[in-house]
Amino acid sequence: MSGNAPAGVGGVIHDIGYQRYTGARLGRGYAARSLWTYSLRTAYGLGRTAKAKILPLGLFTLACIASVVLVMVNTQSPEPVLSYVGLVATFSYAATVFAAIVGPELVSRDLRNKVLALYLSRPIHRSDYALAKLAALATAVFVLFTGPMLIMFVGMAFNTSTGLSGVLDEIGGLLAGLAAAVIHSAVFAALALPLAALTGRRMFGTGLIMAVFLLSAPVSGAVRALDDGALGQLAGLLDPVSLVNGVDRWLFGEGLVQTGPYGAVYGLAALALIAAGTAALLWRYRKVKA
Amino acid sequence: MAVPSLSVVVIETDALEKRYEGGVTALAGLSVGIEPGIVGLVGANGAGKSTLIKLALGLLSPTGGAIRVLGLDPVTEASAVRARVGYMPEHDCLPPDVSAAELITHLARISGLPAPTARERASETLRHVGMYEERYRQIGGYSTGMRQRVKLAQALVHDPELLLLDEPTNGLDPEGRRAMLALVHRIGTEFGISVLVCSHLLGEIERICTSLVAIDAGRLLRSASLSAMTRQQDVLMVEVDEDAGPLADRLAEAGLTVRRAERGLLVELDGDRTYDLIRDAVAHLELSLHRMQRRRNQVADLFRDLKPVEENHVG
Repeated sequence: MSGNAPAGVGGVIHDIGYQRYTGARLGRGYAARSLWTYSLRTAYGLGRTAKAKILPLGLFTLACIASVVLVMVNTQSPEPVLSYVGLVATFSYAATVFAAIVGPELVSRDLRNKVLALYLSRPIHRSDYALAKLAALATAVFVLFTGPMLIMFVGMAFNTSTGLSGVLDEIGGLLAGLAAAVIHSAVFAALALPLAALTGRRMFGTGLIMAVFLLSAPVSGAVRALDDGALGQLAGLLDPVSLVNGVDRWLFGEGLVQTGPYGAVYGLAALALIAAGTAALLWRYRKVKA
Repeated sequence: MAVPSLSVVVIETDALEKRYEGGVTALAGLSVGIEPGIVGLVGANGAGKSTLIKLALGLLSPTGGAIRVLGLDPVTEASAVRARVGYMPEHDCLPPDVSAAELITHLARISGLPAPTARERASETLRHVGMYEERYRQIGGYSTGMRQRVKLAQALVHDPELLLLDEPTNGLDPEGRRAMLALVHRIGTEFGISVLVCSHLLGEIERICTSLVAIDAGRLLRSASLSAMTRQQDVLMVEVDEDAGPLADRLAEAGLTVRRAERGLLVELDGDRTYDLIRDAVAHLELSLHRMQRRRNQVADLFRDLKPVEENHVG
């Protein structure tokens, strides 16, 4: 069979025979980490065709360009028009679109092409696979937030008029922004990935996720418009983007959603959503045939 | 040739039973010991071959009986079993938009190989299956034969002790089948890896196997190791329009080894005199000779029309 490789123009291929492997075999943790890295690369189209890179890297680039514009506006105005947490809130809809595109990319392809059989016949468990994919999507969304935030930080820190204390202020703002980004990423991923895992068709997955994110927003918006009492203050719970913006309001005192005294409710709802999404994903992968 | 010790059994089942939820019984009390070497698992579609493989990998749980793989229980020690076993599924299972090198490297890491080793072994394994030149091309552009090789490479990349191949020649043309079987044979002999190869085409895999296990409707039909004789001796297929009984008796009297087959007789070829004896016998009995054809003694003939038996170990 070695005769299959033509002893070609470039030289002779020396067949040194089959080598047994006696080295280390790392465990499930390593396998799950490898899957996480690989999936994160897949999310941004790395190691794949140029076509696969266009959407995720395009969105990331657009977000970074938008951030450069924001830095210029911020530094020209007497008071910054947008904080780091505000930046996360502003990019939330872009992040949902990103999750809707990348989520199916991470799981639907494996379902459609039955690649799961190759994973499940290895030491990795079904739950490891599901959690690694979820972590990869959350990380990918987080990276989408982080790029623009770091650009903003560099821009603002260099333009500060108050020296070191100004830079420290920026660091404080950046940390709050990163914390907000973690929460936004976790909620979006926990919502998007179980939906994506329902179908082997990427388009359906993307459509389903977009529908949940975008159609729930007007509903909660309408309720908020109708009532500015308790009902309006709780209406943000009805759509995921308002929900996480409500958490921002509760934790950092800024955000686009009025939560009134119900900030903690938003926090709990976000936690419950993450837990429910993760449970749904694990349940889904318990059922998938190898 | 690396011949593994014969005392070990790679897969052992005891009254193994698998009933699916819909009430379909895939395996009904299968007891068999599969020895090292290249073992053919044959049976019609739906005989329970794929189910047996999935039970061996711990992807399914038995509803009765027991199964042990490499001395381990695949139900409770699934990870340990899967670390030492390679599996090539029957169906297409490759993502189209990555290269073979990328996919195999990734899967090697999922099997627990450190990153640099994974890359190295992925290249090596793809070379062994004859996919070295094309390894950086997208899998979507591969032919069926190339895909089958990549599927084999992913099962082999972590150097398993046992390979489970489910219909490896599926969808291949005759030349592709020959090449795939030669590759499997090489893995079983030169590489020293035990192979369980499933097929519904007995005639195809018997050539490369050291033993055969035939199952039907979830039961053991027969399990036997193949002697050199059955693999090499040629036979004559003799068909007459009339009842072949008297002819068989007469040929047997003349000292030939004769077996009844579906449509005629199988006469073991014993030099050129065999032709003469058959001609004379046919002429003497005034039969009309419909066909006389030389062919290799196919193990299929030994396995054909057998009633299910209790474990029948010849090996």
